[in-house]
Formats: sequence, structure tokens, C-alpha cells
Amino acid sequence: MVQEQAQQTLSIQFDDLDQQNESYIVGMWTFLVTEIMFFGAVFAAYLVYRVANHDVFYLAHLKLDIPLGFFNTLVLLTSSLTMALTVHFAQRGRSRQELLFLFITMGLALTFLVVKGFEYHHKYVEGLIPGPAFRFEPVEHLRVAQLFFSLYFAMTGLHALHVLIGVLVMAVLAVLIAIRHPSVQDFIPVELVGLYWHFVDIVWIFLFPLLYLIPR
Amino acid sequence: MTDSGNDSHSAHIHIVPIRVYLMVYVALLVLLVLTVGAAYLPGHHTMLNNIIALTIAIVKAVLVVLYFMHVRYGTRLTWVWASAGFFWLIIMFILTLGDYFTRHWIPMFGWEQP
Repeated sequence: MVQEQAQQTLSIQFDDLDQQNESYIVGMWTFLVTEIMFFGAVFAAYLVYRVANHDVFYLAHLKLDIPLGFFNTLVLLTSSLTMALTVHFAQRGRSRQELLFLFITMGLALTFLVVKGFEYHHKYVEGLIPGPAFRFEPVEHLRVAQLFFSLYFAMTGLHALHVLIGVLVMAVLAVLIAIRHPSVQDFIPVELVGLYWHFVDIVWIFLFPLLYLIPR
Repeated sequence: MTDSGNDSHSAHIHIVPIRVYLMVYVALLVLLVLTVGAAYLPGHHTMLNNIIALTIAIVKAVLVVLYFMHVRYGTRLTWVWASAGFFWLIIMFILTLGDYFTRHWIPMFGWEQP
């Protein structure tokens, strides 16, 4: 199947477009490797404490809202699909469909953040923010439960920050595409934002079962 | 390199058909439902549940990396780079967990379990 393919322009420092594309993609992966290690450290900390305090972590995780977590996973997986479609249409030079799916992806990302905000607010009302106001029953598990929620807020907070950055980058991209800026004539910027977005999705793929679905 | 000039307009990019993306998406949704379902398995098998949940998460991540992130169609250098991240991650996990999970072998003061 031969499909139409978007025009690309060759920068002078590259021999050909294949080398240019590979350089951009490998460069983005280099950044993602640092992100993998960065999140990996937090995951390692979580794993160590969860194995050591499994039973209390189980009790503490019952305070999380599984339906909302499930819904957010669904939203993020769908946003990954729409981002993949954005890249697909960018590669084919169909800027109208590209823009449409980019907006859908942004909408889903914002939905994720709003739901996360409601979850955080609920935790605040329930007194589950680590600190002097932290409340947990039974009281003998208070310290470890607070540890669980510290890890919960650190991990989901870092992830939410990445989602927020993703939304901002997508907004910039959407404006550049809408005004037909020369820097986004090539589909590579969209491809790289896509790589970042799928990485954010992968982090959540691990966060959801690890935090929301602790087995008894 | 040829300097014919027109090679600058045709890179060897693989445009993944929409059908493939949709199939991967459906697979991801099925795996998501399986994860939640596995968490409610009747009985009391913590270890089995943990292994199932992590296996499903890894399968989902591999699907996203291979298809959504185009690594399956990527160059060999992309393969090396993408694998390197997860390879180093595994080293970090083995060293960290290897330390913490073996501390009780030799009880020492000030070197307790976390």
C-alpha cells in the first residue's frame, strides 16, 4: 500500500533524511532514558517500602478511588491512541486531521488532570495529605499509612506534572501547526511530542496497578 | 552520498496503518480489564496477584513502545537506545532490591529493614 507522505526538509548538517530522522528520534529516546531512570528511582523506593509494609499499604490503598483510577487509565490509554493518530496524519501531511486529533489528545489530558484534581481534593477532605493534619484509623498504622500517601502523592504528582507539561507542549504545537509555522512543516516535532506522551502513558500503566490494585 | 538533490524528499519512514493502532488500543483495553479483574480474584494469593499485575503492565508497556512509539519499525540504533533505558532500569532494580531484600540475612545494628 503506497500512501502519500509529508514533505520533509533536509538540514545542512545531515547527509540525508533517514540520518536526520534517526538523529532526532535517538535524541528524544536519550531524554526518555533519563526519564525512565528518574521515575525508576521513585518506583524502586515504592517497591522497597511496599514489600516491607505490605499489610498496612494494603489498608491505606483502600482509601484510593479505584473507579476513578480506572477511568483515568482509560482516558490516558485513549489519549495515547489519539496521539498515535495525530502522528499518523502528520506523517501523511494531513494537517487538518492532525490538528483535530491533537486537540482530542489535549482534551483527554486535561480530563485526566481534572479527575486527578478531584481525587486530590477528596484526599484533602479525608485528611490523607501527609503532615500534621494526617488522620488514619487504626492509629498504630498512622506512620506507615502516611508513608504510603507520601509515595502516592510523590509518584502521581510527578506524573501529573508530566501530563501538564505534555498539555503545554501540545498547545504550542497546535498553535504552530495552525499558523503553518515552518518549524512544523516536518512531522518530526509531532513524532517527538508523541514519544514523550506515550512515555507518560507507560508510567501510568505501572502506577495504576501498583498504587490502586494492591492485593490482600 | 549522492548529490542528486531529490533524495531529500523521500525518507524511508514507515507509516503505521490506523487499523494497527486500533488493534493495539483494543489489546490495551482488554489488558486493563484483566488487571482490574485479577485484583479481585477470590482467595488470598498476594504473590500470584503481584506477578499477574506486573506481567500485564509490562506487556502493555511493550505494546506501547513497539507500536505507538514505532520502535518495531525503527532503526537498529533506536532499538539499542530504547532497550538501554529499560536495561539500566533493571540493573538499578536488581542492585537496590538485592540490597534491601537480603539485609535480614546478617542482622546488624543500624542496618535494619526499611
